[in-house]
Amino acid sequence: MASVVLSEAEKLYIVHGVQEDLRVDGRGCEDYRCAEVETDVVSNTSGSARVKLGHTDILVGVKAEMGTPKLEKPDEGYLEFFVDCSANATPEFEGRGGEELGTEIANTLYRVFSSESSVDLKSLCINPREHCWVIYVDVLLLECGGNLFDAISIAVKAALFNTRIPKVHILEDEEGSKEIELSDDPYDCIRLNVDDVPCIVTLSKIGYRHVVDATLQEEACSLASLLISVTSKGALTSMKKMGKGSLDPESIFEMMETGQRVGKSLHIALQKILDEEERLGTSRQKVGFLG
Amino acid sequence: MAAITMRLPVPRKLVGPSASRGGEKHLVAPGDTITTDTGYMRGHGTYVEDEKLIASVAGAVERVNKLVCVRALKTRYNGEVGDIVVGRITEVQQKRWKVETNSRLDSVLLLSSMNLPGGELRRRSAEDELAMRDYLQEGDLISAEVQSVFSDGAVSLHTRSLKYGKLGQGVLVQVSPSLVKRQKTHFHDLPCGASVILGNNGFIWIYPTSEQKDEEAGGFTPNLEPVPLSDREVISRLRNCIVALATQKLMLFDTSILYCYEASLPHQIKDILKPEVMEEIVLETRQKLLDLEG
Repeated sequence: MASVVLSEAEKLYIVHGVQEDLRVDGRGCEDYRCAEVETDVVSNTSGSARVKLGHTDILVGVKAEMGTPKLEKPDEGYLEFFVDCSANATPEFEGRGGEELGTEIANTLYRVFSSESSVDLKSLCINPREHCWVIYVDVLLLECGGNLFDAISIAVKAALFNTRIPKVHILEDEEGSKEIELSDDPYDCIRLNVDDVPCIVTLSKIGYRHVVDATLQEEACSLASLLISVTSKGALTSMKKMGKGSLDPESIFEMMETGQRVGKSLHIALQKILDEEERLGTSRQKVGFLG
Repeated sequence: MAAITMRLPVPRKLVGPSASRGGEKHLVAPGDTITTDTGYMRGHGTYVEDEKLIASVAGAVERVNKLVCVRALKTRYNGEVGDIVVGRITEVQQKRWKVETNSRLDSVLLLSSMNLPGGELRRRSAEDELAMRDYLQEGDLISAEVQSVFSDGAVSLHTRSLKYGKLGQGVLVQVSPSLVKRQKTHFHDLPCGASVILGNNGFIWIYPTSEQKDEEAGGFTPNLEPVPLSDREVISRLRNCIVALATQKLMLFDTSILYCYEASLPHQIKDILKPEVMEEIVLETRQKLLDLEG
């Protein structure tokens, strides 16, 4: 992963700052950096979102394609995740350099979305055992400025919120052969219910305390971090420990509590901005990449 | 209480010709024609096509007699002798350190061009060479002066003064080198209670002002005492102010930083980085600077 090298004195300064609840950029331990969210930025996707969190820049595109359901779940559609680490983010990602990180993030996303309640997969089924919608979620990392996982999960939720899947009908003739008919109206589409889509909150242990939304510099000072996914109701759906350090069980509980609390307000803030954007509708001036 | 703010991106405002104060400056974007007169010589940041002189970078056009060059707004650091830089050690080699200074090539700091602990006139022995990592190791930050520039543009540094040397606790901010104003001194003890080193290479170091300058150790043993909260607040505020000034592309020097600091005082430290607050305080700073000029 993109990382920075710091001198011992700089690390010490950051660690002491976290202990006093005043981070280098003036934030407290539970504050996020100012995030920018925009949806519908790529026109040839079913749904897309771009999230900027400090210097972290994430673009997510969602594409719905028709496929056959998995054998073990014949009446459900499924989600596929792919993460591409652009060499724009850091030269280390050039060639196959970003593959390892990409797979790690994709696997984390699979875990986060593995819970049945996160997305209603049954609604993605068109025709049991034969046809279903496969949602391809493609994440593109444009810039790494720390706290990748949270930013990606926010972007994924925003993109899924923005996703519009065309409505299809199944026509059956007398002989029993089925035909799929696509609705003529381009606005006749189904939307995903994202109320229970979890967001990731990464808590980095720095010194005796933990912080959310760590910058690259802070990540360099942290030996271990806990990644938890929280739904808008505050339910924990998955958890993962990252980094080479170890964590005390007691501090894990503390971090889970903080994560739950922060996760809830994260969902509220995200939902508010998504609703606001939707309300503005076409009157909103699109910013995209030229802003 | 967790503070999370999310917003929609705001489209960039178009700055009309009246708003840009630098009306006397000739500003160009890449691809803009600078002149169609063939009598000019092509300098840095320009190229010739169809007998026209065209800019290859965004910045201000500068003319020296017949030579036309464009000074880019966003650029790597081009070393000049006498510049003060802040850099980070990336490699320890034989008799030299490699230093990252935001230039195209890593700079070098020779063992022979620094003050070692124990006085200035000391021969460098083989033991010194072996102990190089004890003085400076990978990741350490230093302040130094440019001693010479090689023909390929790489820079050789020296720290032969007590002003320079290893940096202790503080915060580094990186901006474009073109935003740092050249001045008589780049070391400032600001009256707000912290000090800054404005490196010509765009690396800005903010650190607590120390009462007594410890000179006997040559600055190789950094002070590891926790910095008091009041100093931290000042440093964080200064950092955010410098970031705000740099995002709004205002020149960085002691006065502009101080004015920005004063303008930021009504706001909380973490709020300074909000786009609307940033715009407001930078506008106020700009106004104050204009008043100063008269």
